[in-house]
Amino acid sequence: MSEIRDDLLKTVDRIFDEHCPREVRESAEAGAWPAGLWRALEEVGLDRAALPEDAGGSGIDFEDAMFALRRSAYHGAPVPLAETMLAGRLLAAAGIEVPPGALTVAPVRASDRLAFVRAAAGSSVAGAVHRVPWGNLCERAAVVGELDGKDVVGLVSTAGTVVSVDKNLAGEPRALLRFEHAQLLALAPFEGARARLEAEGALYRSVQMAGALERILEYALQYANERVQFGRPIAKFQAIQHMLAVLAGQVAAASAAADAAVEASRLAPDEFAVSVAKSRVGEAAGKGAEIAHQVHGAMGYTREHNLHYSTRRLWSWRDEFGNETYWQTRLGRVVAAQGADALWPMLSRL
Amino acid sequence: MHEFRFEPVQLPPSAQTLRNDVRAFIAEEVAKGAFTPSRNSWSSFDAEFSRRCGERGYIGMRWPKQYGGHERSALERYIVTEEMLAGGAPVGAHWVADRQSGHQILRYGSERAKQTILPKIAAGVCFFSIGMSEPDSGSDLAAARTRATQVEGGWKISGTKVWTSGAHRTNYLIALARTSPKEEDRHAGMTQFIVDLSLPGVSVRPIYNLYGGHDFNEVVFDEYFVPDDMILGGVGMGWKMVTGELAFERSGPDRFLSTYQLLLESIRALGPDPDDHPANEIGRFVAHLATLRRMSTSIAGMLERGAQPIVEAALVKDVGTAFEREIPETFRHLIPTEPTLGDGASYPELLGMTILRAPGFTIRGGTREILRGMIARGLGLR
Repeated sequence: MSEIRDDLLKTVDRIFDEHCPREVRESAEAGAWPAGLWRALEEVGLDRAALPEDAGGSGIDFEDAMFALRRSAYHGAPVPLAETMLAGRLLAAAGIEVPPGALTVAPVRASDRLAFVRAAAGSSVAGAVHRVPWGNLCERAAVVGELDGKDVVGLVSTAGTVVSVDKNLAGEPRALLRFEHAQLLALAPFEGARARLEAEGALYRSVQMAGALERILEYALQYANERVQFGRPIAKFQAIQHMLAVLAGQVAAASAAADAAVEASRLAPDEFAVSVAKSRVGEAAGKGAEIAHQVHGAMGYTREHNLHYSTRRLWSWRDEFGNETYWQTRLGRVVAAQGADALWPMLSRL
Repeated sequence: MHEFRFEPVQLPPSAQTLRNDVRAFIAEEVAKGAFTPSRNSWSSFDAEFSRRCGERGYIGMRWPKQYGGHERSALERYIVTEEMLAGGAPVGAHWVADRQSGHQILRYGSERAKQTILPKIAAGVCFFSIGMSEPDSGSDLAAARTRATQVEGGWKISGTKVWTSGAHRTNYLIALARTSPKEEDRHAGMTQFIVDLSLPGVSVRPIYNLYGGHDFNEVVFDEYFVPDDMILGGVGMGWKMVTGELAFERSGPDRFLSTYQLLLESIRALGPDPDDHPANEIGRFVAHLATLRRMSTSIAGMLERGAQPIVEAALVKDVGTAFEREIPETFRHLIPTEPTLGDGASYPELLGMTILRAPGFTIRGGTREILRGMIARGLGLR
């Protein structure tokens, strides 16, 4: 591991040890903003870690920023770190100054559309957007859409737009926001803005799932070694060993797929690599969570054990920014259209 | 607690040129009718093709030039092997010698073994089989009963090996035999010998497989004489060498590309604009394949650095062979047809051949269950 990764690891682990005890997780699920935790992340610049240096970034590589994101997901962090990074990168790529504070993005649901209107007094945006991650707790959002037939990115305040708040399975807020000609704080043309938001969102969720998978493997190994039944740790039973071997395979594959996508997406998300990652990691999330729970027995089904903080995130994130079927079908269509003979050159390009 | 890390590799600058060379070679071979890609697998035996691979410098790539090798890297070798498999080339004749036997000889063989055997392997005219399994020793290799007794100038081997792929056509095999009685450490007292199959004292009989093909053999040793300089490593080092070989045997693209030709033909059959369901399945397989390839190249990088990623290799083989087996099971639903006995000349034959070969994928080179046991040990559970 490089020195910078080692530092990041220690920093992220320290922040979560100090600022993310059980009470913070529980109060975040009840709807409170984890202010102390977020402040600690801001203090070390993690919220801006994925930004280019000239856009206010902290000067670390994109891959290192993704490493930090992955580690925050390993800890099951109840904060919009991925969303803030995502919005920031999108705004920066469009040449808009990235404001401080937690940010979110919209629309994230494929069928939602925002209407952008240009007026003398300044441009505005209108429309309802569903399941906006942390939309009720982030003061500003990066929004994408079309204006005069051109793709645009805008920055808007979320104040007064919250209609209702759902929760994903991990208790993270997913808000319905309605913009009624809300004044845009900034607006810039950006070719392919919507596709970029979707793909980069899928990339970040893949990275987060890889982190959560790493955690559930650790929990499962630890539990299997500690839990004694029939006079020995259940880790000594071949049936359990084989389940854990399969889990390790899923975790390793998920890591490899997520890493490959991050490497290919330094400047902008690589569609092929992101399709592969969201598909493969999403599958590993479902299969991995199943095994981790089976190994934990009834204990893992309780609120007391920490396993659910990770597995409920896996069950949520795999369906956000496009599930496996969405990305696989898209990938399959590209492969079919190019024909069988083009597949190997495509695969061996990476 | 073991964390499996598959670090990315940087392919050498020569990668694309090498890739293009292999692709051009395969295209030339296909054009002149030397083989039909969809009919092949890495067990297809074609001595003439192997000789041409040798001429092109595609065998023994990592070995020193003084032994006929080409002093190229593990990653360059990886590129050649994956291009051959993706292109459906009949590489079976030289596969084992190139993948593992030659490497063992280079590392542990006597000077005479290196000088007489390696240049022939690299030239694509000398082929190897694996002499590990026995009637009572499959997954439990340490139960091997084939015995070697010391005589003047060498050893005499007696016993029986089974499932010895290709032994009726290969020139040599490396036999694992017991050279001292079983001790408390059941892995001690095993030795590896280079066996020249053309010499007296060894006989090869076919064991036909479930579809009537002849690949497996039973190899019987009756006081077969091996001179001292055809021992690999030292007497009693057999177990260590066998396990070291496994990282080479288990991590390559041959562990997830066995059904690649069926994937290609299925994509062709479904056409450029498939329905959602077939498109979804194609996409899923491509996602798995891209991921496996990344893990496998990562292991090639570890081998290059001199590591012995045995557990990682077991993991790639377990995940990779499960993937290989899913391909026929999925496409039989999407392209309804009745699989047909044959050599792969049509889609029903290719599907049929793949279904019949599939059980072997998760057995050969270490069963799925043995692999999972090794992974569990790597995780600290055993």
